[in-house]
Amino acid sequence: MLSSFLKQPIGQERLLSSLFTTKRFYGGLNDNNRIFTNLYGDFDSSVTGAMKRGDWQQTKNIISKGKEWIISEIKKSGIRGRGGAGFPTGLKWSFMPKNDPRPSYLVINADEGEPGTCKDRQILLNDPQKLVEGCLLAGYALGAKSSYVYVRGEFKKEIESLQNAIDQAYEHNLIGKNACGSGYDFDIHVHPGAGAYVCGEETALIESLEGSTGKPRIKPPFPPQFGLWGCPTNVNNVETISSCPTILRRGSSWYNSFGRKNNHGTKIFSISGHVNNPCVVEEEMSVPLKTLIEKHAGGVRGGWDNLLAVIPGGSSCPVLPKNICDNVLMDYDDLEKNNSSFGTGAIIVMDKSTDIVKSIARLSKFYAHESCGQCTPCREGTIWVKSLMDKIVEGKGTKKDLKLLESLITAVKGNTICALGDAAVLPIEGLLRHFRKEVELRLID
Amino acid sequence: MLSLCQNKIKQKYSTNLSCRLFSNILEKSTPFDFTQDNYEKVETILSKYPTEQKRSAIIPLLHLAQDQEGYVQESAMMKIASIVACPVSKVFETFTFYSMFRSKPVGDHVIEICTNLSCTLRGADKILNAIQDKLGIKIGETTKDNKFTLLEVECQGACATAPVVVIDGNYYEDVEVGSMNNILRDITRDVVPKTGTQSKRNGPEPMGGKTTLKTEPWAQKIREDL
Repeated sequence: MLSSFLKQPIGQERLLSSLFTTKRFYGGLNDNNRIFTNLYGDFDSSVTGAMKRGDWQQTKNIISKGKEWIISEIKKSGIRGRGGAGFPTGLKWSFMPKNDPRPSYLVINADEGEPGTCKDRQILLNDPQKLVEGCLLAGYALGAKSSYVYVRGEFKKEIESLQNAIDQAYEHNLIGKNACGSGYDFDIHVHPGAGAYVCGEETALIESLEGSTGKPRIKPPFPPQFGLWGCPTNVNNVETISSCPTILRRGSSWYNSFGRKNNHGTKIFSISGHVNNPCVVEEEMSVPLKTLIEKHAGGVRGGWDNLLAVIPGGSSCPVLPKNICDNVLMDYDDLEKNNSSFGTGAIIVMDKSTDIVKSIARLSKFYAHESCGQCTPCREGTIWVKSLMDKIVEGKGTKKDLKLLESLITAVKGNTICALGDAAVLPIEGLLRHFRKEVELRLID
Repeated sequence: MLSLCQNKIKQKYSTNLSCRLFSNILEKSTPFDFTQDNYEKVETILSKYPTEQKRSAIIPLLHLAQDQEGYVQESAMMKIASIVACPVSKVFETFTFYSMFRSKPVGDHVIEICTNLSCTLRGADKILNAIQDKLGIKIGETTKDNKFTLLEVECQGACATAPVVVIDGNYYEDVEVGSMNNILRDITRDVVPKTGTQSKRNGPEPMGGKTTLKTEPWAQKIREDL
């Protein structure tokens, strides 16, 4: 009796503390509230297995509710894009033009290339029916005639798994002509990438899908106005679309009950680096970073006090030092408040054995390699940042080099066609904000 | 010269190679054609896109040509250009942009090791040294018997099971020096080693044991207004 009284109820206020405070604790997601119920591939990933876990239930009835209802439910759920930008999904869907004679398209971004991120891969391998059903429901809401899933070229097994899932869905008349008996025709096609991180940017992805080089377009016009083949297009992340069927089936208020205001729902976190048990796990939004690492990843190697820094959302997010990691919540708002960002929820943990300057320099090498070369600040800036960081790591950097590095941040940030330029300089910004001493120690003068 | 190329492209499935626009950049090219099986795949690929948007098939067709020959020749680009009805320079432009496409022949087996941050934090540099010591080659080189080519790649999207080594497109994860040597030994003996994680876990669940989804969740209650 006492132990059950003391046990923390999931997603609800702790009984004891509610007597004294109204503080809400985040991070106790129960398996019954998890969306991705086959994340690790332990269970049957076929249509039959997926249906047993709840997929494809009442899909026809959801469609019969109409496009406006679906978009309104997604808006009310508060889900934000899980691909890194965190733009409200329902709002993005509502940008599609009404009564446009051009055909519309839904494009799924499965070009998972952000260092640290390995979540969409699990959905494609083990829970692909969620993506297929999500494509149908989102496609219907957007008035799209078909969907293209752009999967990074290196994911050969994942492409095969997804194609298999799509073929099964066609065989069971879940998609294709008269999908699920709803009267709506909808096709899904898989398109491979070929090794370009920049193709994760939505307009670069569209360019790549059209057979060109993956060079981003200037926005505006945005894809809902001028997208794939000049037609209205909505580009969404795999995790975002795969979450939608469950949200529509269980209710926007159910999804809304997780996470803080404006940061609702659940998220698949990828935890890598110096933890005892690197893993991928679905948890409630706004979970404290420390709770997430200790509960699911076995804690930091050598104990929490051995922690040096964490990159909280993939390599494009500024690094956070231990004193901030002690208390920060894993959601969009709290990380922005701490001068970082949520990104893809890819947590890279670094302990005190790490050479933080060399680690950030490795990221600079990545961005210099991946820049598409289209605009001068990114093309030249990423190469300069890389060579300056390499110089500093080798111990040949000067105070003048450090000043130049700082001026590069200002020169590149906000002055590029796409966010890759910003992504390239934000890790340097984080390094100089929190680890300036370590950088200055490496300088000659 | 240019109109000669354009005329050639207009002929469907032409194999006549007379345009040497890129001969100073690419390898000397031999005539190329897709195999009969691959032509069926070509038709499947083309059917995915609207008929007036054949250019979207360029990347999948480049993959198909590379899978067939091991690398992409100029003649293969000419063939793809004739299939999708576009200038060969368009195919060449797309080809040069993406890091997966190769313009030169490689060894029988291509080893691609990720050295990005998550893999480096988990010991990718030790794995790289082990491969270089065992095979006697550096990054970008091929062994003298043409068995292995070693390449350095960026993040492969499997960071929770780092370090990651991709061999012939297959992912080998949770790799250690010992398991890497075993993998190389197996491939030398023409045995395809077990792909995926090389540790006791099956995928990116926590190594110390799952903290979630220990049993299969059942379908949950659906909202009443559906």
